[in-house]
Amino acid sequence: MVTGLINANPIVYERKERRVRSAPTDIDEYAEEPIDQLEIFDHIRDIKDPEHPYSLEELKVVTEDSVEVNDRHSYVRVTFTPTVEHCSMATVIGLCLRVKLLRSLPSRYKVDVRIAPGTHATEAAVNKQLNDKERVAAALENPNLLEMVNECLAPTFA
Amino acid sequence: MDKTSSWISHIEAFVDSSCAPKQQAASVDAIAALVKKDLLTLEALVREMELYLTTSDHSIRARGMLLLAEILNCLISKPLDSATVSSLVEFFTSKLADWQVLHGALIGCLALLRRKKNVGMVKSSEARALAESYLTNVQVQSLAVHDRKLCFEVLQCLLEAYPEAVEMLGDDLVYGICEAIDEEKDPRCLMLTFHLVEILARVFPDSSGAVASFAGDLFDILSRYFPIYFTHPRSDDFDITREDLSRALMHAFCSTPFFEPFAIPLLLEKLSSSLPLAKLDSLKYLNNCIQHYGTDRMIKHAGAIWSNLKDAIFNHSPHKTLSSTSEAAGNTESEENQIAKEALICLQTAILHLDSLEKDPILSLIVEDEDIEMKFGLVSNEGACTGISIESWRQLSAVGNILSVSSKASMSGCTRVFQKFFPRLMNILEVSASSSSYGCNTKNRTSSLNFGALYLCIQLLASCRELTLTSQDFSPQVTTVQDTWWSMLQHFSGPLVHALGSALVAVGSSELVSNNTGHEHAIYEVKGLQVLAMFPGCYLPISEDVYEYILVILVSMVTERFEDTFLWKLSVKALIEIGSFIEKHHDSYRGISFNRIVVERIVSLFQHDDSTMPLALKLDAISEIGTIGVDYMSRVIRLLEEAILSKFLAVCVEGCLEAAEILVPLLECYSNRVLAWCYTSGNFDEVAMRFALCIWDQMESITIFDKDVKLKDLLDRVMMTMKLLVWGCVEESQSLIVRKAYSVLLSTTFLSEESLSFSPSKLEGLQLTPDLVNLSWRDEWIVSLFASVVMALLPQTPLPDVKLLSNMLTTFLLKGHLPAAQALASMVNKWHVNIDKSEVSSAYTLDEAIEMILERSLLSIQSSSNLGKSDLLNNGERMLSCLCLLNKNSSFQNNAVVGLAWIGKGLLMRGHEKVKEIAMLLLKYLLSNPYKELHSDVSGSGDGLDVHTSLATSAADAFHVILSDSEVCLNKKFHATIRPLYKQRFFSSMMPVLLSSIKQSRLLSMRVALCRAFAHVISDAPLAAVVAEAKKIVPSLMDSFAMLSEDVLNKDLIYSLLLVLSGILMDDNGKEAIIENINTVISHLIRLIFYPHMMLVRETAIQCLVAMSGLPHARIYPMRPQVLRAVSKALDDQKRAVRQEAVRCRQAWVSMA
Repeated sequence: MVTGLINANPIVYERKERRVRSAPTDIDEYAEEPIDQLEIFDHIRDIKDPEHPYSLEELKVVTEDSVEVNDRHSYVRVTFTPTVEHCSMATVIGLCLRVKLLRSLPSRYKVDVRIAPGTHATEAAVNKQLNDKERVAAALENPNLLEMVNECLAPTFA
Repeated sequence: MDKTSSWISHIEAFVDSSCAPKQQAASVDAIAALVKKDLLTLEALVREMELYLTTSDHSIRARGMLLLAEILNCLISKPLDSATVSSLVEFFTSKLADWQVLHGALIGCLALLRRKKNVGMVKSSEARALAESYLTNVQVQSLAVHDRKLCFEVLQCLLEAYPEAVEMLGDDLVYGICEAIDEEKDPRCLMLTFHLVEILARVFPDSSGAVASFAGDLFDILSRYFPIYFTHPRSDDFDITREDLSRALMHAFCSTPFFEPFAIPLLLEKLSSSLPLAKLDSLKYLNNCIQHYGTDRMIKHAGAIWSNLKDAIFNHSPHKTLSSTSEAAGNTESEENQIAKEALICLQTAILHLDSLEKDPILSLIVEDEDIEMKFGLVSNEGACTGISIESWRQLSAVGNILSVSSKASMSGCTRVFQKFFPRLMNILEVSASSSSYGCNTKNRTSSLNFGALYLCIQLLASCRELTLTSQDFSPQVTTVQDTWWSMLQHFSGPLVHALGSALVAVGSSELVSNNTGHEHAIYEVKGLQVLAMFPGCYLPISEDVYEYILVILVSMVTERFEDTFLWKLSVKALIEIGSFIEKHHDSYRGISFNRIVVERIVSLFQHDDSTMPLALKLDAISEIGTIGVDYMSRVIRLLEEAILSKFLAVCVEGCLEAAEILVPLLECYSNRVLAWCYTSGNFDEVAMRFALCIWDQMESITIFDKDVKLKDLLDRVMMTMKLLVWGCVEESQSLIVRKAYSVLLSTTFLSEESLSFSPSKLEGLQLTPDLVNLSWRDEWIVSLFASVVMALLPQTPLPDVKLLSNMLTTFLLKGHLPAAQALASMVNKWHVNIDKSEVSSAYTLDEAIEMILERSLLSIQSSSNLGKSDLLNNGERMLSCLCLLNKNSSFQNNAVVGLAWIGKGLLMRGHEKVKEIAMLLLKYLLSNPYKELHSDVSGSGDGLDVHTSLATSAADAFHVILSDSEVCLNKKFHATIRPLYKQRFFSSMMPVLLSSIKQSRLLSMRVALCRAFAHVISDAPLAAVVAEAKKIVPSLMDSFAMLSEDVLNKDLIYSLLLVLSGILMDDNGKEAIIENINTVISHLIRLIFYPHMMLVRETAIQCLVAMSGLPHARIYPMRPQVLRAVSKALDDQKRAVRQEAVRCRQAWVSMA
């Protein structure tokens, strides 16, 4: 294991203002509100970085534009950007994203979590690991890892 | 002998250090009480205690001294002869040298020194001896905190009560005090030491006195505390804040002018500190010192003070943009702003106090200052407001504030500032001082006015206007002598007004409106015009036609620029300010031109419908004009009333629907703005009564209504206006209105056709007409208006012919006329119990009236079901049977039920017993069994069941009427009699009955109706009452969910039930009740998660589940899979809010494991 922080001095960006959805005054009780980009982003923006007390949004690991969603085809793809290329936390961040979306989206959804192309040294390996059901399931069997993930997700349920 | 031994034991108890403190305090009290009652002399006591006071054992001696001192402390108000006092003083004075017993000695000295003249005071010479002994023997610094505090108190006493005695001690005393207060750190003692310095300075005011010679040392001790740094938490036991300390120190600083050579340099130095707190404090101290030290001493610091203040003002002026300051002024005062504010206050004090032979040193400094000069040049060249940077805005406001403070100070100061700056500003604004004609280059002005110059100019104008307002006596030389500010202003004012006016006109037309620049300019242009028009009479610098020009420009803004709301509001506000100013100063001459130009124009605007201005704005303008004063308002009222009445005629007689659309906002404006103003200004009664009578006259004169007048919202509005008119009147006016209304009512067709006495047969004839079809529109209007008059009456206002009225209203009630029911309920609610016997209606009591109403309500049901009427009142079964023989036309029954509900509400609110009867009646409607009768009666067709269901539903809804708050009538505003806790009372009396009936009911439809009633009762009753009964309620609550969720129409009811459930969940008692029924609660909530008709229901159901995840683990764990399955499905809800709640809920239940 590496001792010390991998990225000791990350750049912290400002949080984007919460876009308040204009509350429709005359609500159509039966109108459908499809799941959209912002809703997915709202789910993941507050996930805490595994090694810093900042949210993924503040570190620009995820942005609203990095979320692709198609409600009709029940498909989500989140592309995230690790803060440094050799970041060994990338898998943990990816795992957090995946777990959070698994818990927050209806079961009909297929979730795809990827590293932004060219931003990580072992991009292919990490992508493969993150999108392998068995390996994700196995990772969550590991109590230490699960605890870490839960700690990162805690602020999103506040 | 017996007595002696008893008080000696007290002494022993006190001296014995092993005794409990409580016991010791008790013995002091006991001995003091003996002395107070003269059962024991002090002499005897001292003699008895001799051993304790003189023994060589230190601890016993100290205790003995303390006892004597404490006893003296208790005897402060007991008269003692002078010999006793002086021997005691001598004793304590000598004991100050004995350091082991010092504590007791100090307390004793203090107790003696605090004695008042009438009870035997310490002599002056003895006080001096005491002070000498104190100064030679007591080492204050080396003592503990409590003793130090006592020492300071002794000193304070000496200085305050015996100033002439201690004055002779001179230098010794001051030196001793210096030594004592040096290095003090305890906040309680510090408060005392600061105060000590203050009184010390008062004792030695002489310039050759001791304080003058020790000033340096004293100030050296004090200055170490400045600025006060005190971070002690607020909630401690000695209750001293930083502000207290700071204030005490400030008084010490200002106490003597001898501190001046030391204090001013220190303060000026700290002013440039980087700590905002230090700055703020130094400004406050400086301000005080300037006032206390006197001009002679301070004058030499003028230059330094000015330069320091200048820095503070320039660096700390607010830098927010214009719009934000104008909108959110004063909500959060930052430290920055406070510093700037204090600095300006200080500057003002300096200008006022520091004038000597060479005139106004500070003013000359300001006027000749190079920085000001430079910054003035810089900022006055700022073109547009939005273009200027934060920094230059700060500079601009700083320069503006300095100039305005200095010109506000005095007439001469104002003149100097004006001479220096005003012509230059005019120059930049391109205004030339041509006094004869307005031949300046305003015609072809292309660009807008320079913003910086505009801002400064308006600041100057505003401050000299303030100057004229504050100087009481009119000084004629200001207006006559050449070169004063006034003559300059007079020269420039004409052209300036024209420049401002044309710039304002240009704002609207140019493209500037698109961004905010135009608005920022407009604020100051309008303000400038307003200020110029608001100089008090003799000071008015502008000629009459210029004055009128200002008004014309502003009015034209109002009449033509209504698309630009901001500008429009600004102009209206300015006009109102000008008008109020005229009104306040009783300036009749200018009042005439204001009337002619402004009021007439706006009034004519209102009267002519042809203009394109929206009605709402016209109403705004005219009601604002009214707020200027009573005369204006009465004019506005007349205007509005005329308009309302003419439109009313147009609507009712000609059936003009467009007029109705105008009438509604007119009425709204009248009732909301005009009446509200009248109410606060006190002439409500007269206005409202006249207008109410006017309306009734109108109603009387219109004999034929147009057929098409079915305007529900218009009728509602008129009724509301009528209620508001009646509501605020006093009793006499109300009764006048009632009489008038009553006479109109008597003229209606339905009453005039028949004789006034209601014989039963006639009544029946009336009743058999099922609805309002045969009632003409005029009659309906009259009845509704009459009902609204009745609803708003005061309880003590007498009604004419109550019997007839209640009969008539009951008839209308049965016809389904809701206002009639409400009026009847109001009548019943406010019924005078001890009614005056001389009244015609006196024979008619409340009980009789209720009997009559109930009887007729039942009668209607019976007669419509063609049953003979026999004894009605105690025949529940007969009534039931007749109920069950269903009539095809059920509207009577429904009407009767609604009416009963309202009357029940009225009775319940006043706490009348009969409400129970009504409630039981309603319950019987709920419990009547339609099936049994249907089987026996073949003729009852299929729709009989529907009719019954609708009747049961309206009976259930009646509970809602009874318990809910109404906006329309029977509320506090409309003078209802309201017993406290009436809802709780009804709730607790109804709940057992409802619960048991729900339990017993077998039939589904009956159960649904009962549940509906139950739901209404628990959702309208106060939550606290419901929660207390949670255990009994929860099972039925769950039943109601099951019953009511079938029908879409019940969705609001379901929602309010869920709110009750969530209230129960928040309460500890309630939680227990929920746990007992955990299975059913959870399964019902899960069903409600998928309630398709209302998002709020789904959302709240999920929130309830989140709250339930906090219940004891063992009880809810078995439900977990069930809940998780349901919530996972809710993740796919079609509404976003529900999905978000579902995510939270799922997390809460997942993480429970």
